[in-house]
Amino acid sequence: MRADQILHPTEAGLYCPPGDFFIDPIRPVRRALITHGHGDHARSGHGAVLATRQTLEIMAIRYGADFATEVQQADGSIRVADTTVSFHPAGHILGSAQIAVTPRKGPKIVVSGDYCRRVNPVCAPYEPVACDVFVTEATFGLPVFRHPDPAAEMTRLLDSMTEFPDRPHLIGAYALGKAQRLIVLAREAGIEGPIAIHGALQRLCDYHVGQGVDLGPLIPATVEDVPARLVIAPPSAFASPWVQRFRDPVIGFASGWMQVRARARQRGVELPLIVSDHVDWPQLTATIRELAPSEVWITHGAEDGLMRWCQIEGIPARPLRLVGYEDEPE
Amino acid sequence: MRGFAYLLERLAFTQSRNAKLQLLRHYLAATPDPDRGYGLAALTGDLKLRAVTPSLLRGLTAKRVDEQLFALSYDFVGDLAETIALLWDAEGDEDVPLHQAVELLAQTGKAGLPVAIAGMLDRLGPSQRLAFLKLATGNMRVGLSARMARIALAEMGDPELADIEEIWHGLAPPYQPLFDWIEGGPRPEQAAKAPFRPVMLSTAADLDQLRAFDPADYAAEWKWDGIRVQAINDGGVRRLYSRTGEDIGNSFPDVLEALNFDGAADGELLVRRGDDVAVFGDLQKRLNRKTISRAMLESHPAGLRLYDLMIWQGRDLRGLPFRERRAVLDDADFGSDRIDVSPVLDFATWDDLAALRADPPSRVIEGVMLKRRDSPYVGGRPRGPWFKWKRDPKVIDAVMLYAQRGHGKRSGFYSDFTFGLWDDEQLVPVGKAYFGFTDEELRELDRFVRNNTVERFGPVRAVAPKLVLEVAFEGLNESGRHKSGIAMRFPRISRIRWDKPAAEADQLETLKDMLT
Repeated sequence: MRADQILHPTEAGLYCPPGDFFIDPIRPVRRALITHGHGDHARSGHGAVLATRQTLEIMAIRYGADFATEVQQADGSIRVADTTVSFHPAGHILGSAQIAVTPRKGPKIVVSGDYCRRVNPVCAPYEPVACDVFVTEATFGLPVFRHPDPAAEMTRLLDSMTEFPDRPHLIGAYALGKAQRLIVLAREAGIEGPIAIHGALQRLCDYHVGQGVDLGPLIPATVEDVPARLVIAPPSAFASPWVQRFRDPVIGFASGWMQVRARARQRGVELPLIVSDHVDWPQLTATIRELAPSEVWITHGAEDGLMRWCQIEGIPARPLRLVGYEDEPE
Repeated sequence: MRGFAYLLERLAFTQSRNAKLQLLRHYLAATPDPDRGYGLAALTGDLKLRAVTPSLLRGLTAKRVDEQLFALSYDFVGDLAETIALLWDAEGDEDVPLHQAVELLAQTGKAGLPVAIAGMLDRLGPSQRLAFLKLATGNMRVGLSARMARIALAEMGDPELADIEEIWHGLAPPYQPLFDWIEGGPRPEQAAKAPFRPVMLSTAADLDQLRAFDPADYAAEWKWDGIRVQAINDGGVRRLYSRTGEDIGNSFPDVLEALNFDGAADGELLVRRGDDVAVFGDLQKRLNRKTISRAMLESHPAGLRLYDLMIWQGRDLRGLPFRERRAVLDDADFGSDRIDVSPVLDFATWDDLAALRADPPSRVIEGVMLKRRDSPYVGGRPRGPWFKWKRDPKVIDAVMLYAQRGHGKRSGFYSDFTFGLWDDEQLVPVGKAYFGFTDEELRELDRFVRNNTVERFGPVRAVAPKLVLEVAFEGLNESGRHKSGIAMRFPRISRIRWDKPAAEADQLETLKDMLT
């Protein structure tokens, strides 16, 4: 069986005919394998869902317990029709996994989902999985993306809090994964006092704590006078009247996109913090070199840059041009 | 250079003036000489280095990065220096002192420059690479004027803003004597001639307020709609300063050439063709140009109309009453037909003056100035001795089209409004206003924007065109940059017309008719 008979893009998403399942489908399907809990990869309304325990629990928090007709926890190697699938940590967010698909006869394919090679204190580290075809994201697939050590970015946050001690610092971070990682990074940088969180983060923060991620003292940022100098909120909150309760705040945003000034300006932020849950260019290219697959497929992102790199390196590559995945999902 | 890079980065994303001042103050306080002086000069555009060309930088990068990957990256980032700073593949993270970078750029010959720049980039971390490349290309764009830099300096030590402004033009980077003075050392002995002296400014008044005063105590003159300047010839050193102390002589060589006197005069810079004074828009064409073409000098000749004298033939007149200074001004010979004196108006009562103001002899008059006959010339804006009584603002009823979120105290509020006028069936944007309303009105406007958004573009929202804003403004210029062909001066929201249907807002034609 050829690789593109085992897995190919369809309108509903990446489909595997021998296993009769979709991976991260964007429309309701009969059988879905989900890499991680971000909203554009994990949607509700599927028939059967196979995912890691944490991804299933996160989906239940976001969509309610009845988000699918039937769920199965991914554990070890699992037979799905004529294929064997296994889930391996992707280092992206809590519960995130790569999915390895092995047909009865034919090439082994690893779908990375979104992944990150930098140490991420809120989840298990990325695990390299040998494969014939590596299906990768390319969110930051340009050589300008060389994300700095997040600890250095925390120093910038602390510098700003020292520079403007009377102005509350409001940092935008996506509710699942980034927000909790940012809180842990702030703790590691020495911020010990209460950190205020927007209401939209509460349940996901509670879940992380339940999973053993120490977030330190958190207080709700919903009262009129928030007694914290650091406030974490989903980026959408900055466009809502909620932000009006803060006097002359320093608005920041934690994202890999903040490396590019024009992107940071579009966000209207005063303190861009480069903290990413995705592989940057050096990590992306190093991962492909390390795995040395015979073919690379690119799901979404800056595919032109990665295509060009694969061409220079002599690695066969093709873009899948999957639609429906955001630049950096919430 | 780490501190300088941090400062540049923060300034690039900081809108609030106070926050900018604070960042700069902290940088100046924490950075040793001569680096802080070079940093300051780089920010204010006073560091004259030979600019490194984009093609040199492209050439450097081509040796390091695949051409296609570079093109894709540049396309995404949109700024050449930033693209190179980001993808430069080196692990350096040295804190190279800023003066070393400045010296490298100032002293390296053209042939050696590519190697020198690449060598420096290899030593630096990413944000310092960007700072260095911005320094090299001479393109800081952080929205910091020399005036703001001086305000920050004044906040750091004993010398007042006025003291600093007076000597500023006699100083050069890296300003060591200035910093010594601010930190308690002696005032720099200024060898520099023709210093800027703080300008005396007026406060606004209207007829009701003026009635409290005796008209006999005041002299009146026209308030010309040009640029208030200070023109100096100090023993042959000629300078033309704006009222904030920016040296604008480069843009006006014809005026500098006409300063055939010995003294410092206060007046209005105008474009003049014979007896006719041209509109402000004509003067604006002469501003901010590096070189003025011969054709421009002929078609837009500039000159001065004087109001006052500060120094005359070695004598400081500033302590004298206005009436005595004016007498010297009236008798003085300025030795050029480009310079004349603004006439004193003849009036006995405030109503006489109101009649004159209502019917000025030139369209380039924006009201009248009143000066107490016994007032000395005092820098700054003392309350009382001088009043400006401007002509009534023009107003137009426009429709709100877009709103943008504000910054600082207005974070989270939609506070910057783009408005438009009818052109047939279409609304054409004509301007932007972000003040004129109360805090309570701001909350109402914010609510309106949120409830009537039809489209979002980042921090900007398009709103349903149904709210009429009465916009007041001081004047109009023709503008090729605006879709409407017109640019307003000092537009502000004078009233929110919740009552008025959008269809009854004004036509673009009405605004165009106000041009003439």
